[in-house]
Amino acid sequence: MRKHQLLRQNRWALFGLAAGSILCVAGILRGDVAMVLNKAARICLECIGVG
Amino acid sequence: MLARRQRKTVLSGRLRRTVQLAALVAANGYWPGFARATIYTGAAKGVCVPFLNCYSCPAAFFACPIGSLQSLLAATHNVSLYIGGFLLATGAAVGRLFCGWLCPFGLLQEVIALPRARRVKLPRLLTSLKYLILVLTLLLPVLWLDKNGIGAPYFCKLFCPAGTLEGGLTLVLGRPELRVLVGWLFIWKVSVLAVFLVLMLFIHRVFCRTACPLGAFYGLFNSLSLWRFERDGARCTGCGNCRDACPVGVEADINPNSTECIRCLECTKACQTGALTYGIQSSNRSVEKSVGRKL
Repeated sequence: MRKHQLLRQNRWALFGLAAGSILCVAGILRGDVAMVLNKAARICLECIGVG
Repeated sequence: MLARRQRKTVLSGRLRRTVQLAALVAANGYWPGFARATIYTGAAKGVCVPFLNCYSCPAAFFACPIGSLQSLLAATHNVSLYIGGFLLATGAAVGRLFCGWLCPFGLLQEVIALPRARRVKLPRLLTSLKYLILVLTLLLPVLWLDKNGIGAPYFCKLFCPAGTLEGGLTLVLGRPELRVLVGWLFIWKVSVLAVFLVLMLFIHRVFCRTACPLGAFYGLFNSLSLWRFERDGARCTGCGNCRDACPVGVEADINPNSTECIRCLECTKACQTGALTYGIQSSNRSVEKSVGRKL
């Protein structure tokens, strides 16, 4: 009963957590991490205000 | 019971500053970067952190989610599933907790603020600005394209004072070849940083409250996140201690899960009756009970 109530009270949070986790894993499998690494491992001239 | 409350009060006070400092060092621990005026390029740079932390900072080990999201939007015209999912999952889990406990730029704002800064209330118009900035942050990289059809991370490029402080100033000062590229854009960004640094003295967390797109996004989850506040109406006496204690002007006795709340837990420390609880909420009771008394 308490577990059911806990799930009901937090259904949107759990949905967001699950959906976010699935999207995150899908992105990792798609190669997004490598794309982020490719961007972040170079000095971003635009980000520092000289690009 | 009292001993438990006292223990938690201490935890929520000193522990927060310790965690903030630990996050600062953990996310920006590549010290050789400052000496060489270069940046860390290891595999960890592919991992996003749940707070603003410029990946062009010489000491940064990880990637900024806002910078990465914009850069990939500009390059691919698609939202990165990895970053979008990461932000959705972390927001759904704890809302804006990261702002209050992990963000290094938030820590800076707290450290340099004058004591009276905590009492400054901001009009709704100003606190709503961050939502406009969030929308522009997401839209401009795909709408404002150059003649080759390529966008840019415009929030970083035109505005982000955290990036100017962490990456811009440190690299430009350390590398002569970057100094020759300094122009109106850099002067503009340094001016934005200077304005915020002055405002930070007088208004607590002014950047977080008015301009941070990541805080705006996480704030949307505050009322429905797994970890959140709950107010016990039977215990609340309406004394207003929680309002007075809140450094960002949240009326915790009315809306403890306001989008403005950075979850610093000051309100729970100020509450004399234990009416404000936090944790994973179930029915009218919190699974993880909060502190209630101020020592």
